[in-house]
Amino acid sequence: MECVFGMVGKGFALVVADSSAVNSILVHKSNEDKIMVLDSHKLMGASGEAGDRAQFTEYVQKNVALYQYRNGIPLTTKAAANFMRGELATALRKNPYMVNIVLAGYDRETGPSLYFIDYIATLHKVDKAAFGYGSYFALSMMDHHYHPNMTVDEALKLADQCIDEIRSRLVVAPQNFVIKIVDQDGAREHSWRRTTKD
Amino acid sequence: MARYDRAITVFSPDGHLFQVEYALEAVRKGNAAVGVRGTDTIVLGVEKKSTVKLQDSRSVRKIVSLDDHIALACAGLKADARVLINRARIECQSHRLTVEDPVTVEYITRYIAGLQQKYTQSGGVRPFGLSTLIVGFDPYTGVPSLYQTDPSGTFSAWKANATGRNSNSMREFLEKNYKETSGQETIKLAIRALLEVVESGGKNIEVAVMTTEGLRQLEEAEIDAIVAEIEAEKAAAEAAKKAPAKET
Repeated sequence: MECVFGMVGKGFALVVADSSAVNSILVHKSNEDKIMVLDSHKLMGASGEAGDRAQFTEYVQKNVALYQYRNGIPLTTKAAANFMRGELATALRKNPYMVNIVLAGYDRETGPSLYFIDYIATLHKVDKAAFGYGSYFALSMMDHHYHPNMTVDEALKLADQCIDEIRSRLVVAPQNFVIKIVDQDGAREHSWRRTTKD
Repeated sequence: MARYDRAITVFSPDGHLFQVEYALEAVRKGNAAVGVRGTDTIVLGVEKKSTVKLQDSRSVRKIVSLDDHIALACAGLKADARVLINRARIECQSHRLTVEDPVTVEYITRYIAGLQQKYTQSGGVRPFGLSTLIVGFDPYTGVPSLYQTDPSGTFSAWKANATGRNSNSMREFLEKNYKETSGQETIKLAIRALLEVVESGGKNIEVAVMTTEGLRQLEEAEIDAIVAEIEAEKAAAEAAKKAPAKET
C-alpha cells in the first residue's frame, strides 16, 4: 500500500511519497518521512520493508557524506544512483534489501535528473517514475498529463491529480503524502497533503 | 641500543620504545603547526613551504575537515596522515550511522590516538610518523576543544599548542602570550605564534578558522592583511619602547 512517485520539471525534480507506517492491519503512524535528503541537492524517496528502508537509506547517506569529505566535492546524482544500484546488486544474492527507490537530484552541469531503482537493482534514468500499488494510477495519470519542462505549479497540479486518483481508487489508500522538491537552491520539503492529523 | 631499536615491540632495558621515539623525531622534522582555542573560535595554522612553484597548491591541503564540526592539522609524514585521516573520516560517518549522533571532539581524538597506539604494539608494522592537532565544537554543548595526539598514542586537551618544526619556540611564545580571546584576536594570536618560526607572508602560512558555523580556510589576501596588522603592532610597540628612553 506504500507509494512513491516522482517527476522531472524545468530546472527541478519532484518526489512524492506516502507517509504511512503499517504493520498488517495496524497503522503505526501516518507522518513517516520516507523521502531522505541525501545531501544538499539530492532526494531519495524509498518504499518497501521498513527496516531495510531505514538501514539502506541511512547507509547510503553516510557513504555519500564520506565521499564528499574524502574528495572535497559532492557526488553527482548519476554517481549516487550507480552506487546505490551496486550496493543493492551485491546484497541481492545473499541478503537482499527489499527497498524501491526514486532518486531525484540537481547537478549544476546537467540540471535535474530522476532515477528509478528497484529492489533487484534495476536502474533507469527517467522523467517520471512510480512504485507500489499507487503506481498503477500515478503512472497512468503522468503518462496522460506529463510534458517536458513543466513549471513547479504544473508539476504540483499533476502530483495532486495522482494523489487524488490514488485516494479514490486504491482500496486501502495511504492517508497522508509528503512532497519534496530539489532544484538549484537545494533539496527541501515542499508540502504535505493530509487527510488525518498525526 | 642498536639491538633494541629494530622492532617496535621490543622495550630497551631502560624502558624506551625506540621506534616510537624515532617517530617523534620524524614529527620534529615536519612542518610547523599551531592550534589556539578561543571562546567562540578555534584556529589552526600550518607552515607552507613556498619553494614549489610548479605545484598546484590546491591539491595540498594541510588542514582538513573530518566532519562538519571537526578539523585536523598535522606535522610529520604526510602519507601516514592520509591513511589516518581516511580512517577518522570513516569513523565519523560510522558513528553517525550507528548512534545517530555526530562524534564529539574527544571521541574522535581518542579513536585516532587509539589507532596510533595499536601500531606501537603490533608485529611487522611501524608507528604513524605524525602528531595531530584536532579542533572542533561539541555538537550539543557548543564548547570549543583543541586536542593533540602523538605517535605513541597519547592525547590530551590544550588551550593552545604547537607541533612540528620549532614547536618549542612556538609553545614558549604561546605560554608567554596566551590569554582567553575570541574571533579575530584568536586568529591573530595563532598567526603571531607561527610567525615566530616561519617567514612572514600569506604564501608561507595556511590558516583555517573553526566556528560553530563550520571550518573556513582563510584566503592568502586575508592572511597577508592580518600579518600586516601584526607587523604594524610590533613596530608600534618597538617605537613606544624607544620613545620614553629618548625623553629622559
